[in-house]
Amino acid sequence: MNDLKGLRERTPVLSLRDISKNFGAVSALTDIELEIYQGEVVALVGDNGAGKSTLVKILAGAIEPTSGQIFFEGAPVTIPTPSAALSLGIATVFQDLALCENLDVVANIFLGREIAPLQLDEVAMEVRAWRLLKELSARLPSVREPVASLSGGQRQTVAIARSLLREPKVILLDEPTAALGAAQTAEVLDLIDRVRTRGLGVVVISHNMEDVRAVADRIVVLRLGRNNGVFTPDASNEDLVSAITGASDNSVVRRAARLRRDKSARGRNNEGRNNED
Amino acid sequence: MKTEKVEKAGRPLALDREDERVRHASGLRAAGLAVIDRMRSGDLGSLPVVVGLAIIWAVFETLNPIFLSSTNLVNLLFDSSTVGFISLGIVCILMVGEIDLSVGSISGLSSALLGVLWVNRGWPFGLAIPSILLVAVIIGCGYALLFIRFGMPSFVATLAGLLAFLGLQLSILGPTGSINLPYDSWFVRFGQVLMMPAWVAYCLGAVIGACSFLINFRTSRRRAAAGLSARGVVSLAIQAAAIAIGLEWAVWYLYFDRGVPWLFGLFVAFMLATNYALTRTQWGRSMKAIGGNREAARRAGINVGFIFTSAFATCSVFAACGGLLSAARLASANLQAGTGDVNLNAIAAAVIGGTSLFGGRGSAYSALLGVLVIQSISSGLTLLDLSSSLRYMITGGVLAAAVVIDSLARRSRVTHGRA
Repeated sequence: MNDLKGLRERTPVLSLRDISKNFGAVSALTDIELEIYQGEVVALVGDNGAGKSTLVKILAGAIEPTSGQIFFEGAPVTIPTPSAALSLGIATVFQDLALCENLDVVANIFLGREIAPLQLDEVAMEVRAWRLLKELSARLPSVREPVASLSGGQRQTVAIARSLLREPKVILLDEPTAALGAAQTAEVLDLIDRVRTRGLGVVVISHNMEDVRAVADRIVVLRLGRNNGVFTPDASNEDLVSAITGASDNSVVRRAARLRRDKSARGRNNEGRNNED
Repeated sequence: MKTEKVEKAGRPLALDREDERVRHASGLRAAGLAVIDRMRSGDLGSLPVVVGLAIIWAVFETLNPIFLSSTNLVNLLFDSSTVGFISLGIVCILMVGEIDLSVGSISGLSSALLGVLWVNRGWPFGLAIPSILLVAVIIGCGYALLFIRFGMPSFVATLAGLLAFLGLQLSILGPTGSINLPYDSWFVRFGQVLMMPAWVAYCLGAVIGACSFLINFRTSRRRAAAGLSARGVVSLAIQAAAIAIGLEWAVWYLYFDRGVPWLFGLFVAFMLATNYALTRTQWGRSMKAIGGNREAARRAGINVGFIFTSAFATCSVFAACGGLLSAARLASANLQAGTGDVNLNAIAAAVIGGTSLFGGRGSAYSALLGVLVIQSISSGLTLLDLSSSLRYMITGGVLAAAVVIDSLARRSRVTHGRA
């Protein structure tokens, strides 16, 4: 077991090396480095225009990077299409969730992947849907009601359950808690926790620092399309905010200092986690 | 926690009944209450059209007692079947949230083609029909191409088609303008006089009831075996018995006159097949998904272009079938075929029957219910010797009412969270 964990720590399930993306003269991303391990939640934070969405789109296969390399479980890969991302094992839940409101929960979870296409096996699909929702400890009143009757948090649950149907290794969540109330936000954060316990690598994009701290193992800050530091959840708010906004009088020095601090913090953190396990 | 999840009887709670916050219908009375709940929130199903049909029949019956006679109802079934076919196609295209305004022209064109190919050119019947259906498939694919490739809104593309195919119909019929189909042919007799023997009709009624019970019972058994809540045998049996008795009674009444036309039987068979395709196959699920949220369907990996193409093609083929059968009914292919109110009647029938103009909601049965409403009005007004001008106005009014009900129900579903 410990050996497995050690291996897991050594090989990230997904890693990006020097990823850049130019839209004409605009460089949306420049030399981005990102590593995602199994069973950890990486929060991707940054101001508007920092390149978070571009990065997620690259990982989801919606756009291709201009340069740089993507490694999946150590092997170099390209992700030219969304279906390529899915077949690699990268699932994405976009902010608008992309659910069909007129269909019920089961139909939405299995949309495009129905069991027995010529004679839909509703019973098997319903059982599988309940199992999936139960593994996420999600509480839905019924899976036979149209999705329109669900709350925002419940819809997020359905969207996440749907992405788990393919047994992905990495799941990308774009602003999962935006537009949710306090109770529903807590519900979704719990859900993210349980997805992590299943051994998935989770990437969460969020603007909400509290949510990020509550759930993330690492916080990766992007600023103007570049890496701007990696933090642990216990980093101070000032540090995070100044990394996000870049509001510092001497950024080079501060960043260097911060990076050093982070490196040792990350080492400590990893040790701590190993001991806990 | 474990003990909470066990019912008094000691049976473990069904997988989908573990959430104690939700009131679940158990037993017949609760099931009835649940139905009322659904309707209050705007999930009307086919209730408005059934009520509407009852009112229409009651009104016309009091105005003219011939209306509900077996003779008139048999004629009603003949007339409903041809428009019903076109309506089935409209249901399919409305399901993906698009529209085909040219179904009348396509039906007229196919009847003209039948006259020219079968009668004038002497093609064998078995070759003429598939060729005409192939033409319809090509027309449907053409609309899909315009819609998908060139982003042409379907109502504009099909409006153009309405004119273009009407012109084609006129041009291939030529100066004579009318081609008579052979009266003694099997096809014309099928459209005009062929009736099921009484015992076949009675058997079909019983078989439909029995099938409904067996299918539901099998599902219910499988659900119970999988640990899901399942409907009780009693309620299934009551439902199946109601279906069978209703059908047998209708058959008994119709056989005071000529009985049940084979034409209507064919329509019902296609309706059941369409219903199966829409509700029990991946294709139908994809159609509904696209009608509900096209972008979500695309991201779920559904081949949106293919589904649109199949929807347009299905609609055109059903329109062609309707045209061929109405040619058989009239025993001629003429300039008037498919013009006038055919288009609007077919579309109105689908909408009146409960298929939403907004996409993603509806069923094949709405074609039957809606077409019965439309044809009842038409037949009732004809019996009263009222002019077609009044008939158009009343049909228009009914269509408007149906769309208003659809819109209001949709709004109510939104406020009750059931959209």
